[in-house]
Amino acid sequence: MATDSTHLPGPAATSRSSALNNPQVRSIIAQVVLVVLLALFIWWIVGNTTDNLRRQNIASGFGFLDARAGFDVAQSLIPYGSNSLYRQAFLVGLLNTLLVAVTGIITASIIGFLVGVGRLSRNWLIRQICMVYVEVFRNIPPLLVIFFIYLGVLSALPGARDSLEVGIPLGIQTPFGLIGWDDTIGFNAWLNNRGFFIPRPVFNEGSWLILAGLIAGLVMSVLVYRWARARQMATGEQFPVLRTSILLILGLPLLAYFLAGMPVDVDVPVKGNFNLTGGVQVKPEFLSLYLALSLYTASFIAEIVRAGILGVSRGQTEAAYALGVRAGPTLRLIIIPQAMRIIIPPLTSQYLNLTKNSSLAVAIGYPDLVQIGQTAMNQSGQAIEVVAIWMVVYLTISLTTSVFMNWFNNRMSLVER
Amino acid sequence: MQEHDMTFVRAEMINAQTAPVSERGVLRWLRTNLLSTPLDIVLTVIGVLLVIAFVPPLLNWAFIDAQWTGPDRSVCATIAQGGVQPEGWSGACWAFVNSKFEQFMYGRYSFDERWRVNLVAAIFVLLFIPLLMPNAPYKALNAVLFFFGVPVIAFFLLVGGYFGLPYVPTQQWGGLLVTLVISFVGIAVSLPMGIVLALGRRSKMPIVKMVCVVFIEIVRGVPLVTVLFMASVMLPLFLPAGMTFDRLLRALVGVALFASAYMAEVIRGGLQAIPKGQYEGADSLGLGYWQKMILIVLPQALKLVIPGIVNTFIGLFKDTSLVYIIGMFDLLGIVRQNFSDATWASPQTPMSGLIFAGFVFWIFCFGMSRYSIYMERRLDTGHSR
Repeated sequence: MATDSTHLPGPAATSRSSALNNPQVRSIIAQVVLVVLLALFIWWIVGNTTDNLRRQNIASGFGFLDARAGFDVAQSLIPYGSNSLYRQAFLVGLLNTLLVAVTGIITASIIGFLVGVGRLSRNWLIRQICMVYVEVFRNIPPLLVIFFIYLGVLSALPGARDSLEVGIPLGIQTPFGLIGWDDTIGFNAWLNNRGFFIPRPVFNEGSWLILAGLIAGLVMSVLVYRWARARQMATGEQFPVLRTSILLILGLPLLAYFLAGMPVDVDVPVKGNFNLTGGVQVKPEFLSLYLALSLYTASFIAEIVRAGILGVSRGQTEAAYALGVRAGPTLRLIIIPQAMRIIIPPLTSQYLNLTKNSSLAVAIGYPDLVQIGQTAMNQSGQAIEVVAIWMVVYLTISLTTSVFMNWFNNRMSLVER
Repeated sequence: MQEHDMTFVRAEMINAQTAPVSERGVLRWLRTNLLSTPLDIVLTVIGVLLVIAFVPPLLNWAFIDAQWTGPDRSVCATIAQGGVQPEGWSGACWAFVNSKFEQFMYGRYSFDERWRVNLVAAIFVLLFIPLLMPNAPYKALNAVLFFFGVPVIAFFLLVGGYFGLPYVPTQQWGGLLVTLVISFVGIAVSLPMGIVLALGRRSKMPIVKMVCVVFIEIVRGVPLVTVLFMASVMLPLFLPAGMTFDRLLRALVGVALFASAYMAEVIRGGLQAIPKGQYEGADSLGLGYWQKMILIVLPQALKLVIPGIVNTFIGLFKDTSLVYIIGMFDLLGIVRQNFSDATWASPQTPMSGLIFAGFVFWIFCFGMSRYSIYMERRLDTGHSR
């Protein structure tokens, strides 16, 4: 066998190859280059920025937060006047962002779950209606939905004098005439181009008893849940936890209400000639942002829910039926827990999207964090600080939600091998 | 003794009989699809009521009572509002859309130069349609022309200032033109950048990985509005004095950065779904990192996440409407701006304009999502469970 030593791999070959071909050396070189480039880039930006700021006479730093803001805010959950500080203005904005995000998330979840289940309904008509809803809202920009409700619907409503009463219609007008009665069950709530006026509960002396009843109901529900679980683990017997909890949570405050001598009055909005007095006014800005975000996000949630339910294999249902489990418990104990495993991760990102989309408020002037930040930016010129505040707040919200949802997801997920 | 034999054997076949009335035709369809259970009947009634409550008024508004042509707002307003329509009239004001249509498409792009926009659109469509058709020949040449040729031609034609074409400042651009320019650039930049970021995030080099993770998480954690504000307010601060950036370019930078981070996460999902054996197989064939990624991993990974990529494109397309907030007039922005035009201000104008804009956005997004479903089916090699 004729062997040629040059064709044999060996130590000689390694020593002759360049160190540049060593993956470890190359990776270190690449990273050093990256770090140097990044450092140079940041140094260049910082240099330019300090130059520009010096030229424009802007003092950097967060000192401006303690200065008087001097602008008014249309809607505030905490006391705020034009004499308040920037610090307080930002807090108002943050609370408004959270308000619209939380209410929006709740509404979007409800609509989304209903529509998502509706898309899988056996009923052809319901399926079609839900599909049209999803395909319409999924494919248009959220900003357009906000404008549509704000400019197209709410601005076109009549003035205070001709406010529309909100209620359940007992009949509907069709091309073939009226079906039902020409009447509505009113809620004492009115809709006009200045917003939505709803009754406001007035809590008189002794109302704390109702709150105490509510808390007691919640605590007792948790206790009942734990007890029922322990009992089911021990004996296999089930206990109607949901019905009991609803009874406790609704019944105890109601009992307290009567025991305390009915201390709650309702301040009903009254229609005057030029305006409605009394009650609570929900501003059109909030209303349109809230409705638009809810409707828009609900279409995505509906698709997630549908995918989640379809993702549970048919064999699971069949196995449950084979074991003699009835349809209701099959859905509740077998399908939904498994579907939730698929649903929760994308649902989290939709909740975050809704929260982030609430920044579109700036387009219609709802005073959320971004809108107030923009006003502050225009007044004080502290662009970098304002953007930093935005980023910190939104990142905190995102990360907190992710952490909570990951925890929840871990609890929901099946323990596998 | 023989008993009477009662057995009977049929000698001939019975002819096939039609199914019972309740099991065929319209009746069966109605029974199984609309009226199968009491709950189903209730749902059907609710559905019918919903349809009756919404569809006829909508059709009435959008078609029957709508005004299609007219010189000014008077055709779209009732007598009390200073128009010609009878009291209680309510219909779409398509006349507004009709008269502003050119503006909605081109913005304030100079009249005499609009042929340039049309030419770019024609080239775009001519190269784009064969690219979408899987059977069309010369795919590679087509793709190169589309992704590298079109941007160059579009830049020279749209901006002008060369070859005797008058310069058209981007402040004059608007309408669908801006929407499409921003989304095209966003898509063309975010896909390669997303791939690089996704590869970086899965890199074994700790610093590269950290830089990518920080970038992706920060951008994904904040709303696009803040990124756009950053691009429009802070970019001028970051640059040396005297160096200015076009406003459209700033919006482009913001949108592209934002979309890249989302794209990176989608592609990372695809990379993670590729079995380890594929990576190891490539390694054992002696392929280098880039060969391994470009020849083995990415083609499979990208194919897996086509729905996600298209969803990101759709999101990007919808998000272009946000540039209105930093003072640019894309389709939605220019429609919104025209509501304040006194010639056309009527109670019906906002609704009509917004429905038109929504329809245009809807067509694009719906088209993209249908195409993605089609491609997904076509590329399905039957490996997925």
